[in-house]
Amino acid sequence: MSFIITFLSVLIFWILLSGEFSGLLLGFAVLYSLLVAYFTHDLFVEKFRGYKIRQFVKFLLYIPWLLWQIIIANVQIVRIVIDPKMPIDPEMVYCKTSLKTDLGLTLLGNSITLTPGTVTVDIGDGEILVHGIGEDHKLAIIDQEIEKKIIEIEGTDNV
Amino acid sequence: MDIITIISGIFIFAGCFFIVIASIGVLRLPDFYTRLHAAGKADTLGQGLIFLGLIIYEGFNLISLKMLFIVIFIFIANPTATHAAAKAAFISGLKPWRKKDDN
Repeated sequence: MSFIITFLSVLIFWILLSGEFSGLLLGFAVLYSLLVAYFTHDLFVEKFRGYKIRQFVKFLLYIPWLLWQIIIANVQIVRIVIDPKMPIDPEMVYCKTSLKTDLGLTLLGNSITLTPGTVTVDIGDGEILVHGIGEDHKLAIIDQEIEKKIIEIEGTDNV
Repeated sequence: MDIITIISGIFIFAGCFFIVIASIGVLRLPDFYTRLHAAGKADTLGQGLIFLGLIIYEGFNLISLKMLFIVIFIFIANPTATHAAAKAAFISGLKPWRKKDDN
């Protein structure tokens, strides 16, 4: 199953990048996609877990929310950089997390980096180290909000 | 000057603005970790807006689809790179800058 997913992803990506449909190029596309899929399918799809449609919808709803948070984060950075007094009070904070899967942890780490005032420094077992820049120490609250959303995407029944 | 040129120009200008602010932030902020805040966030949105402007200017075809791919990959790669740099600094023992009246 993971082999088929990897093969189709690589093939579609090749066709989108080349944009040509001559027989020779499509032959090469199929040949190399088979080769790449054979070597890397266990890395690309770690373990196929049968995601539900509801989780996919949650993920699609998560993206606009994240984009809005990125815009807020950038406005905040602009305000900090332009302000002559530079209103920052950075500190390192350990936060607990209950996420277990690689996908969930990666999504959480990258989301924390992109959302206002925080950058992920380290991710360990059930714990993340976050560097917060802001003067208002509300960073734990927003991170819990992210985590709640990601748990819904991940799904509790098939961890 | 049709309307599409103006809209894409606004997007590209906004993107350049965020990247300039990120560069000023990298110069002004006091230490490595706080500089990562400026570089990691503002660069991501800056390049996203510039490519969005270029996509609007180009219209929907294969080239704009490729530019959309670049945007998606940088949105994944930029926070990951920021995290890697921050983790490397943390492991090597770099102490974060604190406000003076704090201690």
